[in-house]
Amino acid sequence: MDLSDTPSDAEFRARLREWLGKVLPTLPPPPPPDDWPGRRAHDLGWQRTLYDAGYADVHWAASPAVRMIFLEETERAGAPYVGANFVGLLHAGPTIAAEGTAAQRERWLPPILRGEEVWCQGFSEPGAGSDLASLRTRAWRDGDDYVVSGSKIWTSHAEVADWCELLVRTDPAAPRHRGITWLALRMDAPGVTVRPLRTLAGSAEFAEVFLDDVRVPVAHRVGEENDGWRVTMVTLSFERGTAFVGEVVACRRVLGELAREARRNGRWDDPALRRRLGLLDAEFRALWRLTQWNVSAAAAGGVPGPGGSVFKLRYSHARQELYDAAAEVLGDDALDLDRPWVLDRLSSLSYTIAAGTSQIQRTIVAERILGLPRGR
Amino acid sequence: MRFQLSDDQRALRTGMRELLARRFDREALRAAVGRPGLDRALWRELGAAGFFALRLPEAEGGVGLGLPEAVLVFEEAGRVLLPGPLIATHLAAGTVPGAAEGETVVAAADGGGLLEWRDAADVVLGETEGPGGTEGPGEAEGPGPGEAVALRSVDPLTPLHRVRARGAPDPVAVLLTAAEQLGTATRACELAVEHARTREQFGRPIGAFQAVQHLCADLLARVETARAALYAAAVTSAPADIAAARLLADEAAVRGARDCLQVHGGMGFTWEADVHLLLKRAWVRARRAGGGADAEELLARELLSGAGR
Repeated sequence: MDLSDTPSDAEFRARLREWLGKVLPTLPPPPPPDDWPGRRAHDLGWQRTLYDAGYADVHWAASPAVRMIFLEETERAGAPYVGANFVGLLHAGPTIAAEGTAAQRERWLPPILRGEEVWCQGFSEPGAGSDLASLRTRAWRDGDDYVVSGSKIWTSHAEVADWCELLVRTDPAAPRHRGITWLALRMDAPGVTVRPLRTLAGSAEFAEVFLDDVRVPVAHRVGEENDGWRVTMVTLSFERGTAFVGEVVACRRVLGELAREARRNGRWDDPALRRRLGLLDAEFRALWRLTQWNVSAAAAGGVPGPGGSVFKLRYSHARQELYDAAAEVLGDDALDLDRPWVLDRLSSLSYTIAAGTSQIQRTIVAERILGLPRGR
Repeated sequence: MRFQLSDDQRALRTGMRELLARRFDREALRAAVGRPGLDRALWRELGAAGFFALRLPEAEGGVGLGLPEAVLVFEEAGRVLLPGPLIATHLAAGTVPGAAEGETVVAAADGGGLLEWRDAADVVLGETEGPGGTEGPGEAEGPGPGEAVALRSVDPLTPLHRVRARGAPDPVAVLLTAAEQLGTATRACELAVEHARTREQFGRPIGAFQAVQHLCADLLARVETARAALYAAAVTSAPADIAAARLLADEAAVRGARDCLQVHGGMGFTWEADVHLLLKRAWVRARRAGGGADAEELLARELLSGAGR
């Protein structure tokens, strides 16, 4: 068991840290959360900066350890979050890299890396959330095109996206997991309508997307027709692998800020509150170590394994606990939307739902890791 | 970063698991419950296998291994609920004659309010204050002159005395306690899953019911999170990492045993099932060295200082 960086990893970390120290002070301040075009421009600008410095493809090309160092160091330095580039860099990009043709990789990957095109994810539907395989958006062949009709929901960045990784049903007669196909949809194609959805935090974080006889060239299909479920699973294992590394670092930073705020406002004298923060610190330390453990295991075994479900289960709950503790530190101010952490507390409520609910994660752990009989 | 067990560490763990399977299987555990007292022959075998001398330098007759290896063997001990003042004797190897070899049984007051295995020990370490006077530091042959008060221990395999121990707990003792807790938590998870796979109700294994599946999933999630925290603490031996490992391992063991009991249903509530032994031992360990409160306060102080970030 060894937690230290290898010499080459240590060199990468030192070089990155030095570069971040130089470049971050020159960045413009982030736009307000509701300014989607501003956020797009900001996030793409950051991606371009990474590209010019040779870090753009760190999520794809690098070893898991290097990827983790990158996420750890950028978060610690306060660099912009991956933001509007999330789907392109962490979902669609890796999927196209793994399953796309040479022409598809040539067409779509460089603009993602250079920060020129934004992708969104068209997986969930009003009737297909956790039960993704029950999706009903239809596509049928018409010459060199698919014609797509249906609707998608919870589509982050839809308003400012250029492309959408879209799951459609191409064979309604096949078993649910079989008749699904993965398409790249141009968001400005005729028949695409985007309607922003307001969240309980008051902001429009994501949107509904309506598809009305939208034509998608067959050339924009990644993988074989009706093989989209397998193609998608490649993507989702990334989401549960290292995608949350930066967030764990961020949560630990927030805990420190909470402690200092509690000392400032006198609540630190309450041992119950102190102990609650101490226990949360233990949890986030452990989650950080679990990430290192999972990444080390993945480095030995290739793709991130189902251990990511264990992490996601604990982390999404712990994050909600963190912001509930923040509310205790804030007291009455926890009801003031202008105070720090109040919006974070609201948005943390999505974590046990998004990217596979906690209940789905538990079922995955029980059936795929523990080998319990399939439930019903 | 290669945060995985090395081949040597795996071999060590396997060796310890095989020794314990041979010498302290389920039958031996149940026999020990019926016949309280320390098995001196087993203690010497542990000594011969290097259990107590594991971290003693080879030049001093030890095995010359480190904290990660000690954590792995104590995890195995916790897995089978091996009784006795294992940690106190391990820590005394090299200072108390005969401890390393398993000839001398050493108990120790650890900064908390309880002393384990006082009457069975040849040597009792640690400064304690009893209601009638002071005991130690140093040695007591058998029941010493101190005024520790026996209580009727909830755990049939851990005799307890009430004491007031002075001095701060040894962080290594806290770390090894966490290792024992992790072993017990792992066992609780295994027992629960085994039962859920085989026990049938309503015409199918209960493990096919989502409510039971989710109990088992949470058991594993606590074990794996605690394991990562524990192994990291063994590598860094930083006080904050040890405190975190302790808290996570206590939770994994105590809640794990409770959930395991729940999965076993009515059978889990009987003396015949082993589940209560897991839970009671987990409770005893969770009270060691000042309990979780000290660990939480330590981490809270660390948050304020901003250290380790």
